[in-house]
Amino acid sequence: MDLFEYQGKEFFAEYGMPISAGKIAFSVDEAVAAAEELGTPVMVKAQVHTGGRGKAGGVKFAADMDAVKEHAENILGLDIKGHIVKRIWIEKASDIAEEYYASFTLDRSAKKHLGMLSKEGGVEIETVAEENPDAIAKIWVDPVAGLSDEEIADWVAAANLPEAAVEGSKVILKQLYTAYVEGDADMVEINPLILTPEGVVHVLDSKVTLDGNSEFRHPDYEQYDESQTRDEREAAAHAKGLQYVGLDGSVGVIANGAGLAMSTLDVVNQVGGKPANFLDIGGGANADVMAGALEVINNDPNVKAIFINIFGGITRGEEVAEGIIEAMKRVNIDSPIVIRLDGTNAEQGREMLAPHLGDALMMETTMLSAAEKAVSLVAG
Amino acid sequence: MAIFLDENTKVVYQGLTGSTGRYYGNLNREYGTNIVGGTHPKKAGTDVDGMPIFASVADAKAETGCNASCIFVPPVAVKGAVMEAAEAGMELVVVITEGVPMHDEAWFFNKLQQDFPDTRLLGPNCPGIISPGKANIGITAGHIAKPGGPVGVVSRSGTLTYQAVYELKEKDIGVTTSVGIGGDPVPGTNFIDCLAAFEADPETKAIMMIGEIGGSAEEEAAEYIKANVTKPVVSYVAGVTAPPGKKMGHAGAIVSGGKGTAKAKMEALEDAGVKVGLNPTEAGDLMAEIVASL
Repeated sequence: MDLFEYQGKEFFAEYGMPISAGKIAFSVDEAVAAAEELGTPVMVKAQVHTGGRGKAGGVKFAADMDAVKEHAENILGLDIKGHIVKRIWIEKASDIAEEYYASFTLDRSAKKHLGMLSKEGGVEIETVAEENPDAIAKIWVDPVAGLSDEEIADWVAAANLPEAAVEGSKVILKQLYTAYVEGDADMVEINPLILTPEGVVHVLDSKVTLDGNSEFRHPDYEQYDESQTRDEREAAAHAKGLQYVGLDGSVGVIANGAGLAMSTLDVVNQVGGKPANFLDIGGGANADVMAGALEVINNDPNVKAIFINIFGGITRGEEVAEGIIEAMKRVNIDSPIVIRLDGTNAEQGREMLAPHLGDALMMETTMLSAAEKAVSLVAG
Repeated sequence: MAIFLDENTKVVYQGLTGSTGRYYGNLNREYGTNIVGGTHPKKAGTDVDGMPIFASVADAKAETGCNASCIFVPPVAVKGAVMEAAEAGMELVVVITEGVPMHDEAWFFNKLQQDFPDTRLLGPNCPGIISPGKANIGITAGHIAKPGGPVGVVSRSGTLTYQAVYELKEKDIGVTTSVGIGGDPVPGTNFIDCLAAFEADPETKAIMMIGEIGGSAEEEAAEYIKANVTKPVVSYVAGVTAPPGKKMGHAGAIVSGGKGTAKAKMEALEDAGVKVGLNPTEAGDLMAEIVASL
């Protein structure tokens, strides 16, 4: 779950980290009211789940109320890399002497947590990594032992932060690691972490991704679920509890298992088609799940043909066939369906489907031939 | 021969009293897996369909000599269940449960490495392991694999594993062991562990490795194959068309920051001399050619 900047800052604040006073606004009026309460100067910042806000004109300094109004008008509704700005964060402006970078994430290869600290903040860390990799001090943290004060001190020293920033940074890095672990985050990033002219280290931006699997110990994370960026199709699928990712092609795809679903997209692509989506209906393929999946696919106006790719393991072929037949009775499907059913009791399943075959429902015995059939139906 | 699991492995099921654990416990028992029973702290002395329930893994071990555990408990209880099994001295711990928090996984992976190096963890979020004709732990349909070898299978995806062993069976090719390492970011057992075991297993003559997008496990496996594996390896990597930044069903299946693409993985594998199929069927055909020439 990706948090907006302001949600990330509220999350950081729970672990004691210093953030600027601010308020969220969904309209120009709310932005003006927020700025009046905070007192100018303020920053007007677009809240979207993507980087590059500054370059896109989504982050502006406002010296007075007229500027707040003007920037709020311009930023609300702005399209930043396909993300439309619907909320803006009005924040007390800070004086900046220096900008740093700090983050924690999992190093999947080392199977340890990876902390990165750099005195070259305020730009994308990927750029720093490419142009000046030595400017990033890395630390690998054993999840069992945790991160000690000594390790933090060595790490800050390795990053060559100026003396004035050392003590403040040590405190914030410890808090950041605690937030990362206790808050069950997949990733936490501060960019920039700033040093003010007064010598105070302060969190000026946040990027936080929380682990949705941890909701059983963080029931409050449910609040972030509704603000995830999803297109209409993804929202509908999410509401039905389906594993769905929207794509821009014309072949609707339903498969059981994440690997098989990914593989199905690949095969559609290989035979010259373009998949409209990724959809994993999981191990079982009962009528309810299948009907829900078909509904989501059917509501996608780009879909011209549907490819159902099922491999029966524990779930038997005849159960899958029954689910499909029942689902087709419940949902009125606009596009022709091609089914490939293989695995356990596939022959029985195919026999059950046989009387229902025609222009609306076709059957193929291999993944490849089914993909070819579906793609040919799109072409007409 | 088989790797990690054979007919002598004695397995206790943590979560046997739950509906999923009971269902698959029964299927695994029917397959011939040597199941000693299950555990539940408050139901010791009862049984599930004739399989006795012990208060703990340690109790089960004291009474039956079991050396492996299969975990079906909910995500909230997985960390405790893994540690209980490790502390009781289980040599193999298979976690089927999906949805375990990343921080729990990272913690118990490292804890086991440090304090319980003799415990092999498989999963979480994996279909389990099957040594066809001998034993089956997890949710794989046993009859889709032909016993006897000569192919060893290792995969991050459940359904693609089924697809692979089934296609091999259709071609009358057997499997020594099929290991589903799972789709999570911190798998207890990785490709390299399985490649090393298959390389050392005299009955395994060729290896099928099925990867997917995300992380760099396939690239690391490619390096390992280049330096250490003499047996022929066939591979398939799912997710060529996956868009960046989106989790494709599995928690670990995500292309982020331009890293973890299927293309890079396939190139690394080909560079290591692995034959790479563009889809599961093609991979199956490549393996059939290799087996025919053995």
